[in-house]
Amino acid sequence: MTRYFTEDHEWIDVDGDTGTVGITDYAQGQLGDITYVDLPAAGTAVKKGDAPCVVDSVKAASDVYAPVSGTVSEANAALEGEPELVNTQPETGGWLFRVTLSDAEELGGLMDKAAYDAFVAGL
Amino acid sequence: MSDTDLPDDDGAEALETLILPLDAWHRARGGRMVEFAGYWMPVQYEGILAEHLWTRQHAGLFDVSHMGQLLLSGEGLDAAVEAVLPIDLSTLKLGHQRYSLLLDEQGGVLDDLMVSRWPNDLYLVVNGATKWDDIAHLREHLPDEITLNHLEERALLALQGPEAFAALDRHVTGDYPLSSLTFMRFGHFELCGVPAAISRSGYTGEDGFEISIPAEHAAHVAALLCGEPEVKPIGLGARDSLRLEAGLPLYGHDLSPETSPIEAGLVFGINKRRRSEGGFPGAERICREIAEGTPRKWIGLALDGRQAAREGAPVFAENKQVGVVTSGGFSPSLERPIAAAYVTGEHTALEIDVRGKRLPARVVPMPFVPHRYHR
Repeated sequence: MTRYFTEDHEWIDVDGDTGTVGITDYAQGQLGDITYVDLPAAGTAVKKGDAPCVVDSVKAASDVYAPVSGTVSEANAALEGEPELVNTQPETGGWLFRVTLSDAEELGGLMDKAAYDAFVAGL
Repeated sequence: MSDTDLPDDDGAEALETLILPLDAWHRARGGRMVEFAGYWMPVQYEGILAEHLWTRQHAGLFDVSHMGQLLLSGEGLDAAVEAVLPIDLSTLKLGHQRYSLLLDEQGGVLDDLMVSRWPNDLYLVVNGATKWDDIAHLREHLPDEITLNHLEERALLALQGPEAFAALDRHVTGDYPLSSLTFMRFGHFELCGVPAAISRSGYTGEDGFEISIPAEHAAHVAALLCGEPEVKPIGLGARDSLRLEAGLPLYGHDLSPETSPIEAGLVFGINKRRRSEGGFPGAERICREIAEGTPRKWIGLALDGRQAAREGAPVFAENKQVGVVTSGGFSPSLERPIAAAYVTGEHTALEIDVRGKRLPARVVPMPFVPHRYHR
């Protein structure tokens, strides 16, 4: 399994043609307390750059962009009762949704962890 | 991921961001600094939810030094100020503070402000984002005999919450006790050895104090107050969620030249004698609206679920848009989203369009969380 990152602070773990998407620890720290996550329904078709998911913090609502194109296969149901998982476990239990990739070549445009860490250090 | 509605700068121009007296102190305390009203200010320290709830349960220290502190003095002061503000200064005694409004000729709101009577002056506190326009407006509309002194060398702190009195009282000495102040009264004291003008007022709905001190002593006073077990520093984020729960409008969002104070439910800001006598900017419209009411009103909305409606969200009655949200967010105290909106007509149930989704909202009285002022 390989993890990729976007400049919009999403991560995606890719295992075969399934990608699991979340927001990074840096992102949750910037957003502050998450109070609600508007999750996409299974079956939703997404294009890379679409915003199928919205994360609400006390102060703002923020779009989460799809790092790749495909079809949403599952959303993290645990977030319905515990949206704060995005704060406490942003890169594990606070994942947002899974997507079946339609074009694995899109992954080529994403960053690996070292590149993302360098990107964040430069912000 | 992208932030779509982080705190904005209230329309301040893109000049160099200014530094307030407590800037280094906020950074050392872990405050996350953002640009607000032309200044670097802390939006949060440990987190908005925790800071909000701490203030409701204990006491929070807010740096509001970006606000404008003005002293007016001179011959014929009261009459001159009454020509500019809808305030009745004949009933504003020494040691009293009152809420007032800066209105344009059409009765639109240019700013909201506090006025208190000092021994030889009137002391005004105006919003940070509007203070330069306010000063220009006052200089233009007040006669030459009136001197306007902008107290730029003073910091302003707010200590808010049910334990604010206990924490502050340990550090205050003066000719009379701090306990002699009730809501909307002020006095001059010594605070940690520093001369301080203290009023019992604030912007959270809680008991609390607003404290004007010389800027060079601000870090010393802030450190001593935050050394008290009841007190933590609180950022702008919680200030906004606290004031919304308290149903208090925020200039630039809930109030603007496009809104009248009567629509906003601020009729108490038009003092009684002035309602009958007029003689202030916008009096014709304001007095008419007091008599006849306004079709559009600023109302409170409670949402079910957890998704919040934000500023700018359209409000619908069935398929007709009847208004727009001016402030909205998650209420940490009520653990549900709340919003305030300008809405035309009488309604009990409405819908708010949030990103293409219609969320049901009930019309509820404001404040959303009861005030606990020390009257």
